[in-house]
Amino acid sequence: MSTFFQTLIVGLRLGSIYALIALGYTMVYGIIRLINFAHGDFIMVGGYTMIFVVPAVLALGLPAWAAVVAAIAVCVLVGMATELIAYRPVRKKGTAMTALITAIAMSLFLENLAQAIPAIGPNPKVASQIFSAGGISIGPVTLEYTTIITIVISAVVMIVLWEFTQKTRLGRAMRCVSEDKAAATLMGINVNRTILLTFAIGSGLAAVAALMYMAQYPKVYTTMGSLLGLKAFVSAVLGGIGIIPGAVLGGIVIGLVESFTTSYISSSMADTFVFLILIVVLIIKPAGILGRNAGEKV
Amino acid sequence: MKKSKTARGYFLNTAVIVVLFTAFQFVTEALGSRSSFKLVLAPCLWQCCYLIILAASLNMVLGFLGQLSLGHCGFMAVGAYTAALISLACERAGVFGDKHGAAFVLVLFGCILAAGLLAAVVGLLLGIPALRLKGDYLAIITLGFGMIIVNIINNLPFCGQDGLALGSAAASLYKNGLGFGSKGKVEYLWAAISVTVICLTLMFMFVRSKYGRAIRAIRDDEIAASASGINTSFYKVFTFAYSAFFAGIAGALYACANATLSTASFAFTNGGILNSTFVVVMVVLGGMGSMTGSIVAAVIMFFVNYEIKNGAWVSALPAAVSGVFEYPMLVYALVLIIVIMFRPKGIFGSYEFSLQNLIPDIRAAHAARAAAKAERKEAGSHV
Repeated sequence: MSTFFQTLIVGLRLGSIYALIALGYTMVYGIIRLINFAHGDFIMVGGYTMIFVVPAVLALGLPAWAAVVAAIAVCVLVGMATELIAYRPVRKKGTAMTALITAIAMSLFLENLAQAIPAIGPNPKVASQIFSAGGISIGPVTLEYTTIITIVISAVVMIVLWEFTQKTRLGRAMRCVSEDKAAATLMGINVNRTILLTFAIGSGLAAVAALMYMAQYPKVYTTMGSLLGLKAFVSAVLGGIGIIPGAVLGGIVIGLVESFTTSYISSSMADTFVFLILIVVLIIKPAGILGRNAGEKV
Repeated sequence: MKKSKTARGYFLNTAVIVVLFTAFQFVTEALGSRSSFKLVLAPCLWQCCYLIILAASLNMVLGFLGQLSLGHCGFMAVGAYTAALISLACERAGVFGDKHGAAFVLVLFGCILAAGLLAAVVGLLLGIPALRLKGDYLAIITLGFGMIIVNIINNLPFCGQDGLALGSAAASLYKNGLGFGSKGKVEYLWAAISVTVICLTLMFMFVRSKYGRAIRAIRDDEIAASASGINTSFYKVFTFAYSAFFAGIAGALYACANATLSTASFAFTNGGILNSTFVVVMVVLGGMGSMTGSIVAAVIMFFVNYEIKNGAWVSALPAAVSGVFEYPMLVYALVLIIVIMFRPKGIFGSYEFSLQNLIPDIRAAHAARAAAKAERKEAGSHV
């Protein structure tokens, strides 16, 4: 029974990380209908930023997690640059297919550029301890502080993001643009600026996810984002892409599936199960768990 | 009239291919024993053969059907392992002793066909659920397939890294299976080239048939196509499986050309030439919707890859520049972005090179250019 609870907690923790990344995917997909393959690599950018900034932050006498501020700043810049340099020109004159190919190319470009930079290189780097060790024991089950912080932060981020999209002017503009770009322009919304800000927010979330990921698995490498990003995308699709609570629900489901497969079946089959679940869900309910099936307009 | 023109085209192409192939056989006879031919040219030709088949087969899905598939190397892995395992089993059963004689040739072609068929079955199984969905989801599912197929192959008891050869995979495929050494590559070069020609012919015929017209209609407007009575899901799944068939054959050729098989070389994050993204780069570069474009782009990309790895000029460059070439995927990613941005149609666009129409095509291009020039001149004189 204690194994079960421990697995459950691990799954929830993993799920909250996936949920944070899936939020970034879902926001970008919701607004421009593009799978931003480079989103996973923003996590890598955030991770490496933290690796380089943490010593400086510690020297200033601040806690290690304060480095996330720098990581958020760098990720936001990289995300906005990606949108401005690569996605926007292609979106203007290309089709959905060319945009998707550009996104894949951007992802590969970021990964390999990181490898080509001498200070980073192809070998993994080990991160220092970010949150204090230890935890609370409830009977046979241990709840680490890192786990608690991860779950709490992702819950808070999700609630803030939800309120943001529902209540603020910019959030409403985002929802308008995702529904109808032409109509949004007529209502006086600057569509391109809204898309750019969506990219900024999504990339910032990737930096927070990088912090959570590194707190748990203190290792950073250039291709860390590709599988992580893919699973987060699967979570977003599972919950219903473009829907914020759906991303969180999907992330947690994927996290639980992965942790239960790892501990009860086989660790090497965990990825296979994640994709099997995606295929099954897409066959039964293509719009995702929380999505509504929309008819096609002719 | 129309019919006789098609027949004439087939006749012309067949004649040219036969002449070229015979000439090539003589060249191989004459130069086959030279070391530069044996060690450099023959392996390069083998690689080109499977890259051409791979690019052309992906083009059917990407260019003609208009669906992004990111797991094409997964089918190639299926084909490569099928061919390797069957050849090893035949050797163990004593069907062929050394790599000569009719029995071996029969086994070789049997392996290639079986590889294609199994890959097609896998493509069918993947395509039936995946193609009910729209483009983005298909991309994700195929990407996931490309990742998990490696996982699955590694976990199968009879074809994992150890199971493949009951020992070291490297030595065994070369010694007992259909892996060719440099001498074998020269000897069986005709097999690789004829398989490539047959595959390309089949793909060309498919694209020009009523099936090809149907999938192009689906690409241009799926709703309109289904309203016109085209069974879209049937054609999509069929094209997907047909394309997987040729990817499997490319995999079988890969298994022949390499003494080693390892699932790592088919993995998505692999930086080498066998990356599903690399295949996408080839198709986009050649032009989505042009088979001849894919062939040209496959050869170009192979050459670029070869030069980056082995060219003398790379080491002559300043250190900062040559450092970039240590990560070929960086170069490919840049090429892909630049091509998409500045020439999204690729080199060929949807133009097909054809011997029969070569002269009229050149004339038409000439006339178009002259017309554009005249128009510019006219516009200039009015200003």
